Amino acid sequence: EDRLLSEPLGHPDFFNVKELFSLKDLFDARVHLGHKKGCRHRFMEPYIFGCRLGQDIIDLEQTAQHLQLALNFTAHVAYRKGIILFVSRNRQFCHLVESTARACGEYAHTRYWQGGLLTNAHVQLGPGVRLPDLLVFLSSLNNVFEPHVAIRDAAKMNIPTVGVVDTNCNPCLITYPVPGNDDSPAAVELYCKLFRMAIVRAKDKRRQREVFGELQ
Amino acid sequence: LRLIYTTAVAQRKNVAAAGPEKYTEAFIKKQIEEFNLGKRHLANMMGEDPETFTQEDIDKAIAYLFPSGLFDERARPMMKHPTEIFPEKRKIQWGEDGRPFHFLFYTGKPSYYSLMHETYGMLLNVQENQDQMSVQDFPPEKEKSKNLPGSRWLTKMELEEMLLENLSDHDYSRFIQLLQKMVALPYGADEEKYMKKFSKEIVSQLQKVVIEPLQYDERGVAFSTAEGQRKTARATVVVYDNGSGKITVNGVDALRYFPVLQDREQLMFPFQFLDRIEKHDMVCTVSGGGRSSQAGAIRLASAKALKSFVTEKEVELMRQAGLLTVDPRLRERKKPGQEGARRKFTWKKR
Repeated sequence: EDRLLSEPLGHPDFFNVKELFSLKDLFDARVHLGHKKGCRHRFMEPYIFGCRLGQDIIDLEQTAQHLQLALNFTAHVAYRKGIILFVSRNRQFCHLVESTARACGEYAHTRYWQGGLLTNAHVQLGPGVRLPDLLVFLSSLNNVFEPHVAIRDAAKMNIPTVGVVDTNCNPCLITYPVPGNDDSPAAVELYCKLFRMAIVRAKDKRRQREVFGELQ
Repeated sequence: LRLIYTTAVAQRKNVAAAGPEKYTEAFIKKQIEEFNLGKRHLANMMGEDPETFTQEDIDKAIAYLFPSGLFDERARPMMKHPTEIFPEKRKIQWGEDGRPFHFLFYTGKPSYYSLMHETYGMLLNVQENQDQMSVQDFPPEKEKSKNLPGSRWLTKMELEEMLLENLSDHDYSRFIQLLQKMVALPYGADEEKYMKKFSKEIVSQLQKVVIEPLQYDERGVAFSTAEGQRKTARATVVVYDNGSGKITVNGVDALRYFPVLQDREQLMFPFQFLDRIEKHDMVCTVSGGGRSSQAGAIRLASAKALKSFVTEKEVELMRQAGLLTVDPRLRERKKPGQEGARRKFTWKKR
């Protein structure tokens, strides 16, 4: 009931997301590597630590903070039984992202995004659909290196977004951007693992609390 | 400031664009229960045993109790199992709390994309196996018996039927490319079973052709009978072995019956094709049609009769030459307002 839902909101880190990763893990997974300075997006400059031999390096301390916020938010959404949709248009990781979503019990969309999927959902997906409550972008660009349409559509439909933004991405409309590498397999595997663990933890806690509530 | 929380009245629902109404699982289950109850009632009414009342009996009973003279079969009263009446596509895809059942529901084509996901997973497994084999330096696997040339992949229509979704040509070609990639690599038994679901056997035409055995008459000469037709002509032919090339049509010699060279050439064609011109005797009876169609009918009949004398390869050659196919062309009727079947009346400008 109300206590079940309002109690977690009091704590700054109810699901203890900080212990899921460390700065060293991020560094080993090559999350700090960005694109070359020619591809740099203007709005990503605050998140960039520096530039080495023409390649941008992302500030991992900021990344750690943003990632902790993002994972915390995802865990809260999963605790409140929200629908989470993983989006990534990177063909290399399409299979991985879909398997992660399936493992969590959540949903994925790593294929061609049909125009009115969110904005015209009642016509395209059927009347009375429930839209996703959170969109998680593991790569916020599409195959033509433009911002994914879903970012703008989610903003239109008031759906919060969590997204991994690389140095050539636009972090503007994403609610919880996570500056980091979205092209290395090691980095993407790390993100998938972290999101999966956060969601699974949140769901387990919810189930435990419901059982305790019933017993009392 | 745009209002976010508006009443249902303010948000105009495009009722027509929403598509046909969808059914829940519970609704379908209830329909099935009602159907089974109704089946038992009907069996009792007809005085039959409720346990052994089949669908055919139901159809007959309904046709008896509710006679209908309507032309269209689909408009007549029918009683069928609900799974046949309520199409699969229309079931609602999410549960009570609103969460969709399929993890790829939000893509718009869940069954197709989950098929691609599975197939790609299999392909990755196969590639991993291949890498492991090459790392462990196993001897290269013997050439496995690949899909025999007598099989083909499913067509786009068949795949659409299987998935109950509309596909585009691009989607279909992508899927076939994936399957072809997998076939090229050394795959195992699981993958073979999976791929068999998407391949169909092509039954070669030759298996359909029935070759009758030779019959022997009193003198011990082998003969074979066959029938043929062309336009309105019907011919029956008996081909005898150990002959000298004599052809008798309706009791008369072929030279007398067919004065035109073209018709006699048509008679000769099957024998000439098989290099058996002066080895067989032929006795034919033909009726109907004109001279050309009678010749064509006898040709078809003699080719069919010769099938029994000849090897299977030569039968296949004859089939490919068109000697064994019935010519389906018939006279087209004359239409009113035109002078003939196609010819229109002379058009006068004024």
